[in-house]
Amino acid sequence: MEWLVSGLTITIQLSLISMVLAFLLGLVLAVMKMSPFRPLRWFAVGYLEFFRNTPLLVQIFFWYFGSYKVLPEAVNTWLNDLNFEFAAAVIALAIYTSAFIAEDIRSGIRAIPKAQMEAAQSSGFSYLQSLRFVILPQAVRLTVPPLINQFLNLTKNSSLAMTIGVMDLTYQARQIESYTFKGLEAFTAATLVYLAISSIIAGLVTLYSRKALFPLKVH
Amino acid sequence: MSVDFDCTVIWTNMTYFLVGRFPHGPLGGIALTLYLALVACLLSFIGGIILGMMNVSSYKPLKYLSLALVNAIRGIPLIMVIFWMYFLLPAFLGRTVAENWTVILALTLFTSAYMSQIVKAGVESVPKGQTEAALSTGLSPRQVMLFIVLPQGLRNMIPSFVNQFVSLIKDTSLAFIVGVSELTQVATQINNRTIIYPTEIFMFIAAVYFVMCFTFTSLSRRLEKRLAWKL
Repeated sequence: MEWLVSGLTITIQLSLISMVLAFLLGLVLAVMKMSPFRPLRWFAVGYLEFFRNTPLLVQIFFWYFGSYKVLPEAVNTWLNDLNFEFAAAVIALAIYTSAFIAEDIRSGIRAIPKAQMEAAQSSGFSYLQSLRFVILPQAVRLTVPPLINQFLNLTKNSSLAMTIGVMDLTYQARQIESYTFKGLEAFTAATLVYLAISSIIAGLVTLYSRKALFPLKVH
Repeated sequence: MSVDFDCTVIWTNMTYFLVGRFPHGPLGGIALTLYLALVACLLSFIGGIILGMMNVSSYKPLKYLSLALVNAIRGIPLIMVIFWMYFLLPAFLGRTVAENWTVILALTLFTSAYMSQIVKAGVESVPKGQTEAALSTGLSPRQVMLFIVLPQGLRNMIPSFVNQFVSLIKDTSLAFIVGVSELTQVATQINNRTIIYPTEIFMFIAAVYFVMCFTFTSLSRRLEKRLAWKL
């Protein structure tokens, strides 16, 4: 039982840290993909396509086993001083999820009619001001539900971290199975915990859409 | 930083990457990855249609049963589904199940739940007038669903199905966990044997997965455009 609780703590830590990083990365990528400067756009497209079209597990293995050759020495030592398994899992999860988040943010921004931008600019706002005061406040509201869904996916995906020895919820369930042979109980408990997390997050999305999105649906 | 890549490890193990120990042993590598994805895709296509039909059924118990199943599966990680199959299926059946089939069944169950949502959306996208017109020409509700609504709905679903197939290719990498020798497993084996080339090996299989998935992602985008123009 304590094993499952400690596993749950790791799962939650892993998901939250990765989510924050993934969101920041995703935001940068979304802006890059919409930038008028071509090399930036190409870089973003390449990044998104590559990381969305390779399995997360392979990415985790790459960061865990293979990253020492492509990262600078200083970064390697720094990562080793931290908990390396955990750090590799965070890097892989954040990079993988950021590619999906970038698309969500971009479609949120594109969902705001172009006329809004034109109207804002013709009433004297600069480009950045209209983005900041007119477009983004609306886009953010549209983007929140898909983002929460991505967080849900991220939480489920974090279970893959067990393959490199991060002691998350799935790892602990497996551990209990091999130590006590009470596999049925352990897996049932872990499954129920995942289900509870998913239901809470899904409930949040419904609540949010009802409360915050309704005024937008009018146009 | 030591950027001295040595790709000979890829070339010397190429057949192992491609087919595993195939002529002298079980199929593996890229071929097994594609095989798992294809079989699971076909099965979950059928499973998805059944679950999707149950989902839009007017018979309440059937509807709630399928909703509960779909939501439960979508709420847990695939790795949990694989573990359930791996540890508990033999216990229920009273005999062992081949790893390949454990994985195929887990993937099928998991993907069917997602496919059912696609089927549901596809069926609901067919205009209601079609159902009414068909009913008024004397077809029974079951005939209307089978011959009028489903065929039209399926056409709208094709791009989403292709996307699911891409997810399946990516998900087969999890078969590694129960020891099925597909591409990821083969890569870790070669990595364990050679020890000093992890970067080259994992970059290579990432590239292989990318080529396989990107082909189908592009296909799905093209289909989406083509089908949208015609409708």
